[in-house]
Amino acid sequence: MDDSQYFNEQHLQVRDMVRAFARDEVAPVAAHFDAISEFPWANIAKMAELGLLGVPWSEELGGAGLDLTSYMIVIHELAKVDASHGLTVSAHTTLGTSPIVYFGTPEQQQRYVPLLASGRVMGGFGLTEESAGSDAGGTQTTAVRNGDHYLLNGTKRFITHGGVGEIFVVTAVTDRDKGTRGGISAFILTKQNDDLARAAEHNIGHADELTPMPGFTSGRKEDKLGWRASDTRELIFQDVRVPVENRLGVEGEGFANFMRTLDAGRIGIAALSLGIAEGAFEEALKYSTVRRQFGQAISSFQGISFQLADMATEIEAGKHLVYHAAAMLQRGQNVTKAAAMAKLFCSEVAMRATIKAIQVHGGYGYTKEYPVERMMRDAKICEIGEGTSEIQRLVIARELLRDVTA
Amino acid sequence: MKIAVCIKRVPEMDVTFKIAPTGKAVDETGLKWDMSDFDGYAVEAALQLTEKAGTGEVHVISLGPDVVQETLRKALSMGVAKAVQLKCDTVPFDAYAIGTALAAELKDGGYDLIMFGKMSIDGANGVTQFVVAELLGLPLVHACSKLEIADGKGSARREIEGGGELVSFALPAIVSIDEGIARPRYPSLKGIMAAKRKPLEVRPAQLGEVRLTIETMELPPPRAAGRIIGEGAAAVPELVALLQNEAKVL
Ligand SMILES: Cc1cc2nc3c(=O)[nH]c(=O)nc-3n(C[C@H](O)[C@H](O)[C@H](O)COP(=O)(O)OP(=O)(O)OC[C@H]3O[C@@H](n4cnc5c(N)ncnc54)[C@H](O)[C@@H]3O)c2cc1C
Repeated sequence: MDDSQYFNEQHLQVRDMVRAFARDEVAPVAAHFDAISEFPWANIAKMAELGLLGVPWSEELGGAGLDLTSYMIVIHELAKVDASHGLTVSAHTTLGTSPIVYFGTPEQQQRYVPLLASGRVMGGFGLTEESAGSDAGGTQTTAVRNGDHYLLNGTKRFITHGGVGEIFVVTAVTDRDKGTRGGISAFILTKQNDDLARAAEHNIGHADELTPMPGFTSGRKEDKLGWRASDTRELIFQDVRVPVENRLGVEGEGFANFMRTLDAGRIGIAALSLGIAEGAFEEALKYSTVRRQFGQAISSFQGISFQLADMATEIEAGKHLVYHAAAMLQRGQNVTKAAAMAKLFCSEVAMRATIKAIQVHGGYGYTKEYPVERMMRDAKICEIGEGTSEIQRLVIARELLRDVTA
Repeated sequence: MKIAVCIKRVPEMDVTFKIAPTGKAVDETGLKWDMSDFDGYAVEAALQLTEKAGTGEVHVISLGPDVVQETLRKALSMGVAKAVQLKCDTVPFDAYAIGTALAAELKDGGYDLIMFGKMSIDGANGVTQFVVAELLGLPLVHACSKLEIADGKGSARREIEGGGELVSFALPAIVSIDEGIARPRYPSLKGIMAAKRKPLEVRPAQLGEVRLTIETMELPPPRAAGRIIGEGAAAVPELVALLQNEAKVL
């Protein structure tokens, strides 16, 4: 891809910086945090310092004030060496922070966004429940209005930053009869970081000025195939008193707002997937020229070089989908279809590319001596989280058919 | 405190270099470029000095064609206040020519401290700072691994064979920086945004006479294949004989 197609000089400066950071600070620890499945607080602190946890938010709200292309570059470059670090940026920024930026009152923005954008505390987004996965409208969590507050009860599942986060945007049913058409609302909830001691070593992850809400806790931490340095947990609400001023947006509009959040989130997961694919490709390309069998570099065998050609071609196509969708979003265009296409294509490219990368590495690729096996484990969830591939196809098909039948 | 740091744009080193068809230069196709490593340490050390003092500012100067602006802008995004490009089409190989242009720029700048990397990682001559020191009549401490400025005076540590050497000097002065002093910071996103609003001045380089040119460049000869003599203790006598008679290292 010709860089000038989507990037200006500032984008390239951001890319250079994140590349250097990823190479020097992330790559050396990625395997370790994957193995022990812990949140990499030391690097989170460094990322906060560099502004990577609030890339697209205005400087008034404590962000870096860059555009969405810069934001996607950050996720893409981090994911080239470690998907978990890329996901942290994506889940924290798009899922945890953007609903407050886009739908919050000025008071809510002032209160929560600077803490999130500066990276002082981690944020998350609670939509999924046991009975509400792809069918996100099937939310069972309830919020019952009682004077100046709501009482929340229920359990969310698979929430990124569930343990390490302190600020969450969650959905709950406020009117069972209306369902997804005006019956689901969003709320801002606060709890204490469960990993306080480790986070405190790096002076990050906690804000004294936030009051934890009694009855709001995190549950079991998932033991996952990939994204192991990312913290995924249940969120449990037991009679949590949430002040009315913590409702995000108009009562009943929570679902529609979340669906819009997901559009941007999908481009982020597409950028993440692209990073994984490219990271795996670069490893495979390098290895293929070094590894010799039958007296020659394995890259000289067509069976290997054609795999590299396929990987590179798909990655190139994915870059156009991601950065085109990001530019559209920046211009304020509707990206529902473009984001779903980017996410569908890139997540499947990541899976194909990482499997090929292992194949190119032979038996060595199947061991932890090389990063490609981790990359393959990290790739799989990209076809599931923030809407499975089936759901992306459903969204794309719905957009296509609406255009025809309208 | 006002500090100037002279920085050079160099190719990243983790590649296999080729020689250009002229035979007098490196083939630049496909190379990636960045600030020379030692210059990065110098910029970081300079920023730390002003941060510690709570006052003062750091300027950077680079000599070369417009592409050096990329390197200057990186320094600006790290926190430097002002950048100057001394413009010329190609960077001569002669440190005297370069040093003359730098000295002309630095002379009336009112700098308390002028800093260099101890050498550029591509040319590896490490003499430009000596030329500038001579032309400006300033004291020079070469290859500092520690540097402190207090009460208008400087002190520095130099690594020497088997130990260290502590020197003190009066300001203004020139120091060149060795590794180990400070790891250069990454430019933060805020720094990158702020850099756009900082001054980057361009002036023609007043190069000195070029008295040194590269005639030819050559790659090291390919290494001959190794030879396996045998295994274990049985191979020792022949190995010793070869080391004595053929390699002549014993
Ligand atoms: C590591 C991780 C992190 C996550 N982070 C978050 C988070 O931060 N916040 C959050 O809210 N959620 C999060 N999730 C949840 C994630 O978004 C859901 O897992 C995902 O949406 C799928 O839901 P499900 O797991 O219930 O699968 P199901 O919906 O049960 O799907 C099972 C299968 O059925 C298919 N299927 C379902 N419906 C249809 C249909 N209509 N047509 C065709 N096929 C269909 C699916 O595609 C899938 O193949 C995370 C999940 C994981 C694993």
